[in-house]
Amino acid sequence: MAEQTEYTAHTGGTGPSGPTEQIPTVIADRVDIVYRVNGTGAGRGTATAALNRMLRRKQAEKAAGVRRVHAVKRVSFVAYKGEAIGLIGTNGSGKSTLLKAVAGLLPVENGHIYTDGQPSLLGVNAALMNDLTGERNVHLGGLAMGMSREQIKERYQDIVDFSGINEKGDFITLPMRTYSSGMAARLRFSIAAAKDHDVLLIDEALATGDRSFQKRSEERIRELRQHAGTVFLVSHNNKSIRDTCERVLWLERGELRMDGPTEDVLKEYEAFTGDKSDKPAKKAAAKNPAAKGPLPS
Amino acid sequence: MSQVLHTPPPIQATADDDLAALAARHGLSVSGARPTVPQYVRQLWARRHFITAFATAKLTAQYSEAKLGQVWQVMTPLLNAAVYYFIFGVLLNTKHGVPDYIPFLVTGVFIWTFTQSSIMAGTRAISGNLGLVRALHFPRAALPISFALQQLQQLLFSMAALIVILLCFGVPVAASWLLVLPVLLLQFVFNAGVSMVMARMGAKTPDIAQLMPFLLRTWMYVSGVMWSIDKLTKKDNLPHVVTVLLQSNPAAVYIDLMRYALIDSFHSRQLPPHVWATATGWALLAGIGGFIYFWKAEETYGRG
Repeated sequence: MAEQTEYTAHTGGTGPSGPTEQIPTVIADRVDIVYRVNGTGAGRGTATAALNRMLRRKQAEKAAGVRRVHAVKRVSFVAYKGEAIGLIGTNGSGKSTLLKAVAGLLPVENGHIYTDGQPSLLGVNAALMNDLTGERNVHLGGLAMGMSREQIKERYQDIVDFSGINEKGDFITLPMRTYSSGMAARLRFSIAAAKDHDVLLIDEALATGDRSFQKRSEERIRELRQHAGTVFLVSHNNKSIRDTCERVLWLERGELRMDGPTEDVLKEYEAFTGDKSDKPAKKAAAKNPAAKGPLPS
Repeated sequence: MSQVLHTPPPIQATADDDLAALAARHGLSVSGARPTVPQYVRQLWARRHFITAFATAKLTAQYSEAKLGQVWQVMTPLLNAAVYYFIFGVLLNTKHGVPDYIPFLVTGVFIWTFTQSSIMAGTRAISGNLGLVRALHFPRAALPISFALQQLQQLLFSMAALIVILLCFGVPVAASWLLVLPVLLLQFVFNAGVSMVMARMGAKTPDIAQLMPFLLRTWMYVSGVMWSIDKLTKKDNLPHVVTVLLQSNPAAVYIDLMRYALIDSFHSRQLPPHVWATATGWALLAGIGGFIYFWKAEETYGRG
């Protein structure tokens, strides 16, 4: 714990902001996040239980079969400009939830999250439509992220080149449903990464595509980091955390277990998960299919 | 696992006040707070290209797997009209004493469909696009407005089909056709407003989407889509309240205005009294009221 205070105190000079005062970009102040899940517990799914739930919504959440899942418990941290912060923890430990709250997409139960500008999750998947061509999806995705038409026009070629979609023929003018899953994932990442963000939140985006594309993605994230203030990266791949982040927050059962320099935290984390051998690639392959926790993400 | 539980955060207790102060000192704002109405309107305006692109994309994606592709945009309303012609014009041969009954009916059906599908799409605008709402930042009103816009584009295709039908049935081209534009504008504002109301309710209680078809069908039958409200209210045996309710029904107002604009045998005396005022009033009430109502819950969409 001493380490934690010490770290926050001395990172001062290490960020790109140099010897001047550090500029905080995200401050989490004793954040609690609670999910409410309908239709669990006694009388689940019956009409009377549902009616009961609707009538007594506020007074008796518990009696009406609403379960509260305390996903994040009293987490506090300060992130500074120029930092790349990894979020680690076993499945269902609240990483993605915390990220969504920082993005302002989930309400906090207690505490506050203060941000400089608008943190954005790296992901446009939901805005894209499989029936449209890659070309139109680039436009649609860009607009959905809040880019202007001119910005999109300007970066269109970069996005297509980066995705490598056209390496094997003119695929960008085909509907996205004809793409292989790898190709689609590459295009999605390329669109999402095309915008400069103040605070960028990435949820296991690096696991997509083939090896060469992963390398390019990591490169791009480093670039984004220079433009952007702060990058948060959720990943089960310890190697990509090592490659990208210099600071790591370790969440376990919703609690902030450790906050410190990457090597220190990862050493503890690897000891905790019993992964002593340094085989990040194998580990990632084994873990990624079940990467998402049981909580809605 | 016991070590997991041994994570008391003693430092955080001491840093509590500092964090809020630190945030204030650097001008950080609370994440996910609701903007003021002027800010919200500005954000929405900044996303206007997204709203139109999303609407167009949805519209084109609809028929992208069909061999005839976008031809269906016009074919679907034409086939619809053909079915109505077959049932009401040929099989039942019911005219209800209405001259130019087929144009009367088809106009009613198309204009009604515009309102109906806008409201249906609005009900699912948030609850059906949670992925989008949970992943990206944009003023959420962009979704119901975009869906209403998609229905407007759809209606424009239907109107093209309608013009063909009108000409086939010998309805002459007239200057009053220009009135189509203000009517469509008012109806669009009305639809978008109601969509926003339904979007908020549907976001909180998705069950509403199951209920809407029944409500909408009832609404259709009292809106004079297939019969003439004017004929009914002229009969004098209706209580005054019913007459007023029938005449001030927004769907009926827009449908009758459109018939007045397009069909020469539909005269202005068949319109309900103060029809333009009613049409504008409904548009403003639904548009502004719906917008405010939707905005009030802006920060809660896609959560929980």
